Amino acid sequence: MNKRDFFKNITGAYLGVATLAYIPESIAIPLIPIVGNKTSRSKLAFPNVPVMTHEGKVVHFYDDLIKDKIVMINFTYTTCDGICPGMTENLKQVYKEFGERMGKDIFMYSISLKPDLDTPKVLKAYTELHKIKSGWTFLTGTNANIELLRQHLGYKFSDPNLDRDKSEHLGVVKFGIESLERWGMAPALGNPKYLAEYVRWMEPNGTRPLLSDMMG
Amino acid sequence: MYKKIIRITGLEKQEADVARYLKEVRDIESAELTRRDLFKLGLTAGVGGLTAIGAGSFVPNLAKAASVSGLISPPCNKPWTEPLPIPKTAVAVGNFTGPVADKSQCKETQNLYNPGNGPIGSYEDFTEARTEDHQRWDELGGISACTKYELMAKEIDWNFYSATDYPAFNSKVWTYVDMNPNTKGEYATGVLRLKAQYGAPVLMRMYNGLPKNGRDTQGFGINQCSPHLHNAHNPPESDGGPMRFWDSGKWYDFWYPNIRAGFASTHKTGTYHPNGKWCPGDWQETQSTLWFHDHRMDFTSQNVYKGLASFYTVFSKDINLDTDDETTGLRLPSGQYDIPLMFTDKVFDQTGQMFFDIFNIEGILGDQQTVNFKIKPYLTVDRRKYRFRFLDAGPSRFIELFLSSTNTTVPTTMTRIANCGNLLPKAQVVSSIRLGVAERADVIIDFSNYKPGDVIYLENRLEQLNGKGTTGKILASSSKTQLLKFIVSSVAVVDNSASLATLQTQLMVPFPDRTKNPIKIKRKFDFGTSNGAWVVNGKFFNPTIVSAYPIEGTQEEWTLTSPGGWSHPVHIHHEEFQITKRNGNTPTALDDLSRKDVVRIGDAAQGTTGSTSITFNMQFRDWYGDYPMHCHNVVHEDHAMMIRWKIVPPTDPNAGK
Repeated sequence: MNKRDFFKNITGAYLGVATLAYIPESIAIPLIPIVGNKTSRSKLAFPNVPVMTHEGKVVHFYDDLIKDKIVMINFTYTTCDGICPGMTENLKQVYKEFGERMGKDIFMYSISLKPDLDTPKVLKAYTELHKIKSGWTFLTGTNANIELLRQHLGYKFSDPNLDRDKSEHLGVVKFGIESLERWGMAPALGNPKYLAEYVRWMEPNGTRPLLSDMMG
Repeated sequence: MYKKIIRITGLEKQEADVARYLKEVRDIESAELTRRDLFKLGLTAGVGGLTAIGAGSFVPNLAKAASVSGLISPPCNKPWTEPLPIPKTAVAVGNFTGPVADKSQCKETQNLYNPGNGPIGSYEDFTEARTEDHQRWDELGGISACTKYELMAKEIDWNFYSATDYPAFNSKVWTYVDMNPNTKGEYATGVLRLKAQYGAPVLMRMYNGLPKNGRDTQGFGINQCSPHLHNAHNPPESDGGPMRFWDSGKWYDFWYPNIRAGFASTHKTGTYHPNGKWCPGDWQETQSTLWFHDHRMDFTSQNVYKGLASFYTVFSKDINLDTDDETTGLRLPSGQYDIPLMFTDKVFDQTGQMFFDIFNIEGILGDQQTVNFKIKPYLTVDRRKYRFRFLDAGPSRFIELFLSSTNTTVPTTMTRIANCGNLLPKAQVVSSIRLGVAERADVIIDFSNYKPGDVIYLENRLEQLNGKGTTGKILASSSKTQLLKFIVSSVAVVDNSASLATLQTQLMVPFPDRTKNPIKIKRKFDFGTSNGAWVVNGKFFNPTIVSAYPIEGTQEEWTLTSPGGWSHPVHIHHEEFQITKRNGNTPTALDDLSRKDVVRIGDAAQGTTGSTSITFNMQFRDWYGDYPMHCHNVVHEDHAMMIRWKIVPPTDPNAGK
């Protein structure tokens, strides 16, 4: 598929918005409470809302995508032509860095900031255009649920004007080892080798910084 | 206790909402409703207590409170009921219990008792993590010249609240623990201090005994560490930089030469203090109040919030200046009258456990401000002069400290003698002191004119509504702004420190003469944002990029700019700099008239006024290698607001780039 085909598909795919309607609204948690064990902390940090994959499957965000996994998460939308294409290409390099671990214990997720437009069909077309391989899933859902995920994952600013600007939520990737509750964040356009390294440095038996590579 | 998120809009309105909300919560508690009752009422109870409340109709103030963000800890009901923890001094050892330290990495293993730390039991084999050799090790006397300390980063139990208020509160805190007891058999832990002397290098063997992988971390922190001796003029391999972290089960020998800048470059033959005493390097680079804190890349905010921060105070007995003895040198209040105070704010859960929002990118504000890890402690003071060393340990809050007293006949001024890590040319008499994260101030407070029983409060009256930075507004003095209560004792004591008049007028450390080292290179660094991420000069942090290569022994002029919208306390490792321009003008504010290693730029850098540009001169002397410059709002730092630069010899192909 070329880019023109992709946009053609998108136009048709808007009809697919209806397919999201059956996803049940989650109950928004109005307050973030604080409790003292990992299970409850994780449940509160990661809303277990239903989201839909680019394959059209409905999954639960925490139970199916996050729990016990090593993950890298970013927000994007398919019609974004600012930094998004470069970001997707950069994350493809990160994917290569993870190699065979992708889809086994490491998973990448790109969540649409414009879920109304990015139906599963549109996302599927996008993954085909960019030759996204297994282990990297594009996600959409109801506006309320996606908004909840954005808020909980820290893609938010206290300044309402800044917060409203979707481009302000695009540039960083969140990565973590859920079982160890270790989470970091880095610019999505950072050096892809090191985006992968940041994850491995957090692993108990992962790699460690090689100073000789960092001396300019 | 219930916890919830409160978004801060208008502070007074918010406080009223919160107060009403808390009252409702207490009413529910006192009615002793069971969990089932709460469910019936539409309140959702979760594991570990009532955790989420979703019924705006039952709790009318909840909707208002819920529309806001910011975290609420259990209230401090019994302020001023626990004494201020005084940082204990770490104890030097004659010889290490383990292998002898050397210039290169130690290859031996050290088996240590480390109970309760994981599956392998009470004993653990430690190996050295350091891979780099110490620069100038032999030249400065090697191991035989070193005063030796053994510390371990460990998890301890700590109650930040008063035990009479919450007897069962217990936070899992990660701190540096001295492995050797003092003469009373006590081990320094929590906020501690090292006392060092110029001319006496310190070898600090730091064991990482943090909980093993897989142990509950209360949701934040990583058991890899890199203690950075903040503000020290040390070689990179002993600086504790962000990339040099190591794992639990290993140690690292940090070598702190305690030698003044210029010793191997601009002042090779040393310098003479006007009193005739000689020292290596430039005596006008003498420092006093440093601190060390964890610096593990991406996890600095979490690990420092967890407790990994303490004081390193360096004395200059060699030139009879700041001697740790109030009968000699500058005769500053010393011994038990020299007290470091660390200010750090936190949020606690219903069990008194620290809570940290790992998904916050702007900056973390705690609603409970602590002093040496206690909420609202008291200190009984003698009627004499004290030296307090203030440190804003963040993670993101700026503070402005004031005194207030019930006895209005005594002026509530402070005599400021130091800014960041160094003694000022001359003391400044001030009514308040603003500190960004990592900034320090040493002050003399004289209690001799108070009457026994008088009460004086140390207060933080600076308004800050979110993690981005301060508004710069000064709040009215109230019970909420009070951090520490001084109670004046009736006991008569001797005060051998110099008179207040002398302390306020005597020459301390004049600015180093920088005119002999002409500036050849000028650089500009813009601290901005792009698509929600931090950029310096438009670029994201990349560990393989070295952004500048200053030549060893030279001086450069750097200008930092910020478009505003944020407050950034920018910190540069390696040497202190001197501000020459703020917003293009010669600086006039007292706290700019000093050597610095942290400078506030952006919103409300001074007063309520922002600073869009800072220019300073900095020398790059004596050591080779890489150091970072980063924002010390540690949440910003962990989100890549950082660059690295490297000092090279003039023969290096990158020299001066």
